[in-house]
Amino acid sequence: MASPSLIPAGDFRTSYAVDTTIFPTTTSRNFAILGIVLACFAPQLLSEYWLSQLIMIGIYGIAALGLNILVGFTGQISIGHAAFFLFGAFTSAYISNNYPIPVFFSIPIAGVVTAIVGLVFGLPAARLKGLYLVIATLAAQYILLDFFSRADWFSGGSVPATAKQFSIFDYTLRGDRQYFYVVLAYVVASYLLVTNLMRSRDGRALVAVRDHYLSAEIMGINLTKYRTLSFGLAAFFAGIAGALYAHNQLVVSNEGFGIERSILFLAMVIIGGTGSIMGTLMGTAFVVLVPEAMEWISMELKGGVIDKALALNNNLTFLREIAIGVIIIAFLVFEPDGLAHRWRQIKTYWKLYPFSH
Amino acid sequence: MNTQFLLQLLVNGLVVGTLYGVVAMSFVLIYKATQVVNFAQGELLLIGAWVCWTLLTKYQVPFWLGMPMTLVFMFAFGILVQVVILRPLIGEPIISVIMVTIALSAVFQAALKWIYGVNPQPFPRVFTSQSVTIGSLQIQTVYVMSLVVSVAMMIGMAWFFKVSKWGLAMRATAFNQQVAQSLGISVKTVFAMAWAISAMVSAVAGVVVAVVNGVSSGLSIYGIKVFPAVILGGLDSIGGAVVGGIIIGLLENFAQFIDSEYLHWGNLYEVAPFYVLIIILMIKPYGLFGTKDIERV
Repeated sequence: MASPSLIPAGDFRTSYAVDTTIFPTTTSRNFAILGIVLACFAPQLLSEYWLSQLIMIGIYGIAALGLNILVGFTGQISIGHAAFFLFGAFTSAYISNNYPIPVFFSIPIAGVVTAIVGLVFGLPAARLKGLYLVIATLAAQYILLDFFSRADWFSGGSVPATAKQFSIFDYTLRGDRQYFYVVLAYVVASYLLVTNLMRSRDGRALVAVRDHYLSAEIMGINLTKYRTLSFGLAAFFAGIAGALYAHNQLVVSNEGFGIERSILFLAMVIIGGTGSIMGTLMGTAFVVLVPEAMEWISMELKGGVIDKALALNNNLTFLREIAIGVIIIAFLVFEPDGLAHRWRQIKTYWKLYPFSH
Repeated sequence: MNTQFLLQLLVNGLVVGTLYGVVAMSFVLIYKATQVVNFAQGELLLIGAWVCWTLLTKYQVPFWLGMPMTLVFMFAFGILVQVVILRPLIGEPIISVIMVTIALSAVFQAALKWIYGVNPQPFPRVFTSQSVTIGSLQIQTVYVMSLVVSVAMMIGMAWFFKVSKWGLAMRATAFNQQVAQSLGISVKTVFAMAWAISAMVSAVAGVVVAVVNGVSSGLSIYGIKVFPAVILGGLDSIGGAVVGGIIIGLLENFAQFIDSEYLHWGNLYEVAPFYVLIIILMIKPYGLFGTKDIERV
C-alpha cells in the first residue's frame, strides 16, 4: 500500500514548506495548469460521444476520489459506494424539483445530506476494524437500494425520477458542451480540496490511522473521530458525484447501481493506486475506457473463429464484468500500487535519463 | 392472526435457516483457518449447483453418481482457487485479500452468466413424492430432505473437528499458525484443505437449494445473507454460524409474516436481515459466540 518514494538521491527537502507543497516542481505545476486549460477547450474539440465519456470520467472520478480517502488513506473498505452515489443523485433531484432551490445549490446540499446518511451507517463500524465496516456498508447497499425502490415520494419508486437541468437562478445550462464546465469545476475543486486535506493535520492523522492504528491512538489521534470523518467524506464526494450525474442524465433510476457498481468504484481506486490522488483519475479513466476497448476488440474479432466459438458479441456485458474483476485481481497481485506507481517510475526514469539504474 | 400461515412460514424459516447455517459454517471455516473473509462464498454455492445441473441434464448422469462427482470437482476447485489466487496474497494487508475475494465473486458471477445464461433452469426431479403431511402441515419432500441433509452436514462437521486428525490440525492452525507449524502441521495444506472442504459443503447447500428452487444466478444471494448470520453468531464460531443462520432464516420468514399480515410493505423479508446486521454491529459487534478481540501492545 504505502510505496517507497521515488525521489532521486540528493534531492533533499530542507523546509516544511517544500515538503508539503502541492506541486514538487514548477514544471509539474505548469503541466497541471496546462492540463486544466486544455480541458477547457475539450467541448470545442471533441465529438459529442467522447465529450460525454469525459464527463463520465469526471463524475466517477469525484466519487472514486471519495472512496480513495476511505480505502487509500484510512485503510477501510466500503462496498456500498454506489448506493451513496445514487442517494446523492436522488437527493439533488428531489431538492431541485420540490423546493425553489436552483441546481447550483442543490448539488452541494445533496453532498452534505449523503454525508449524514453515510455517517449513520458508518458510526457503528467506525468504532471497529475494517472488516466490520465492509459488512456495514454491504448492509447499507441493500438497505438503501430497498429504500429507493420503496420510497415513491423520494425516488419515484419503480418509475425513474426526473432531474432538472443545471441552473443558477435564471440562467440554465443546456447540453453536454456547457455542462462539461460544471463537472470540470467540481473535479478541480474536489481534487484540490483533497490534496490540501492530505497535507493538513487531519490528512496526516488519516494516514497514521491506516499505517498503524494502535500507534496512531497512542500518539493521541482519536480513532473513532477520524474513521468517521473519512467515511463521511467518502459519502460526501459520492453524493456530489451522484448529484452531478443526476443533472447530466436528467433521469435517475435504480437500475445498474447494485453491488457491481460499488465494485467498479473499488476497481477505479485499486487500478489508479490506493492512496494516490492523481492516480484516482487515471484509474477512473481506465475503468471507463475498458468497455470501449472491449467493444473495439469484439468488433475486430466479429465473424472470426473466436467470436463464433464464444459468442463474444452477445455477451459483452458479462465479458466486461469478467475483465474488470480479472484486472482488479491482477493489479492487486502484480501492481498493488496501481497506475500512479507506474507513472512515477516512468517520470523518475526520464528525470535521470540516461543515467537511470 | 393466521396461525396456519405463520406455522408454514416458520417451517420455511427453519429449512432456509439451516441452509444459511450450512453456508455460514463453510464461510467461518475459511475465516477461522486462513483469516480470509470470503465474499465469493455464494459463488462457490452457485458453481456447485451449476456443475451438478450440467452433469444431470446435459450428460444424463444419475443423481447418486452426479452428486459425488460434483463434490470431487468442488474439492479440486477449492484447492485451485486457494493455491492460484489466495496463496500469493499471504502476508498482504487484509483489505487486499478482501478485495480479491470481492473481485473473484464478480468474475465467477459474470462467467457463470456467460456460460449458462441469465434464465433460471429447473432442476431435474430427484424425489418421486411431492409432499408429506405432518399434523396439519403440508411439507414438501425436498424441504424435509434439505433439513436432513443440512443437519447431517452439521453433525459431520462437528465430528470432523472433534475427532478426525485433519480437523484437529485445522483447529490447531486456527489457534496459532506458528505453534501448529512447529508441531509438524503443514499450514499450506491446511489452508488448501479449508478451501476444499468449504467449497464442497457450499456445493451441497447449492444443490439442495437448486433442487428446491431451480438454478439461477440469484442463488449467490446466500453468500451475502451469510454475513448477517455470521455477525450474529460471531465471526469465528462454527456453532455460532449455525445458530446465527437458523435465527436469520426464522427472522426473515417472521418478517414476511408481519409484512403480509400487518404492514404490506412488500419485500421486507429481503432486507430485514440487513437491519438486524446493523443493530448487532451497534450493540454486540462480536456476536453471540465470537471471541472478543483483545489487543495487547
